[in-house]
Amino acid sequence: MRGLEYHLKTPVPEADIRKLKAGDVIYVSGTVITARDEAHSKALELHDRGERLPVDFRGVGVFHCGPIMRKKDKGWEVVAAGPTTSTRMEIFEDKFIEAFHPAVIIGKGGMGDRTSKACQKFGCVYAAFTGGAALLGAQGIKRVKDVYWLEELGMPECLWVYETQDFGPLIVTIDSHGSNLTADVGKKVNANRDRLVAEMK
Amino acid sequence: MLSKVIEDTAVELLRISATELPVEYVREMDRLMKKTKGATGRAQLKSILDNVSIARKNSWPMCQDTGVVAFMVKVGDKFPLRSELKEIFTKATRRATDEIPIRPNAVDMLRGNTNDNTGAFVPIINWELVPGNELEIIAMPKGGGSSNVANHRMLKPGLGMKGVKQFVIEAVAAAGSQGCPPYFVGVGIGGSEDLCMLLAKKALLKPFKVRNPDPKLAAIEEELLAKVNELGIGAMGLGEGPTALDLHIEMAARHPASLPVGIVIGCWALRHAKATIGPRGGVKIDKSA
Repeated sequence: MRGLEYHLKTPVPEADIRKLKAGDVIYVSGTVITARDEAHSKALELHDRGERLPVDFRGVGVFHCGPIMRKKDKGWEVVAAGPTTSTRMEIFEDKFIEAFHPAVIIGKGGMGDRTSKACQKFGCVYAAFTGGAALLGAQGIKRVKDVYWLEELGMPECLWVYETQDFGPLIVTIDSHGSNLTADVGKKVNANRDRLVAEMK
Repeated sequence: MLSKVIEDTAVELLRISATELPVEYVREMDRLMKKTKGATGRAQLKSILDNVSIARKNSWPMCQDTGVVAFMVKVGDKFPLRSELKEIFTKATRRATDEIPIRPNAVDMLRGNTNDNTGAFVPIINWELVPGNELEIIAMPKGGGSSNVANHRMLKPGLGMKGVKQFVIEAVAAAGSQGCPPYFVGVGIGGSEDLCMLLAKKALLKPFKVRNPDPKLAAIEEELLAKVNELGIGAMGLGEGPTALDLHIEMAARHPASLPVGIVIGCWALRHAKATIGPRGGVKIDKSA
């Protein structure tokens, strides 16, 4: 089920995102910004009030990640930065995609129908990074450009703005054409579960 | 000073557990990667193994989620320090947060992240009083992703062991792609609503691939491990490669009217390290699976 390999540069044009198919392997160079539960929620609140965000998500990577960071004399350095479970963000990812038009949502464990529909409508993909592979993740991050909301939200939840070089490998599991690999696997797993439970002695 | 030895040892155990995955798990994932047919599943296992090797080489945490800090402690009744231990583990947790470093993961719901991994009831310490003059400490920091897919049910006793086995299959299927598979599965049966969960968690710490001393439970462990793998969740839930690496059962007696079952799931990064400290401060560290 492995597809083609692409090296994307942010801001990624929508046409390039529309080319991607579930199963493709991608690497992202440019800007990747961490955002998880509280950052999503705060960003959408500000957006609803018509206020400007300190960052521009358009065309960049949004990373579901609460990293370990270390303060150095000249700013911050990444210690470990792997993906967190993305389904927690399913409750607002569609609104987030609609409001901010990111190119790639990066996380682990897959996402649901609402996110898939928003990806189709607004030209976005969801790509999975291997869960727990936090040091491989850190290797693709060349520089910490900025951090916002650190005091208010804390290290895992705030917005870290990373400059990346070939961040990946990421597997596209939700494309902009309606495919959702993790959901497909989930259906097979549920069928296997029903059979195993029925056959249990 | 003994208290300093304990504190240093606890910091070291947190460092080892966060940065060095037991080699037995690494070898097993390497073996299973070679057997995995799909390129996507193989790539996931390769990323895991590459990542684990970078962590070991540099003494960096293998995963950014270094968990809620938790210790399983056995205190010998003749060990010189007892009631002071909690404070020592708390200090060690604060130090480990800066020194390793590990992510500040203790959140006060009303006041925000405490930023030092300590807070009400945290670090979580499970105490056991045992005969002897030694102190055994196991550091077991566990990530939130796999903790979120733990499961608990009070079954009707009439469903019997068949009902327990069906619940295990359902619980792992429900965990699906969410908790970073390939998984370790701990099953706690009986006791009470709280004890079964603790037993399930302790089951994760039983020696890797060593079956239950009770031959009947050993057979159920074998059966369930095989069936859980038939679910086909695969590495990272992408449908290829192993779903679970091991499964252990811990069983207590139960109330005639209750059949409590707890299921605790470990991600592939099942992190733990053990030390035994003698009454004069001699330390033995055990990194085995």
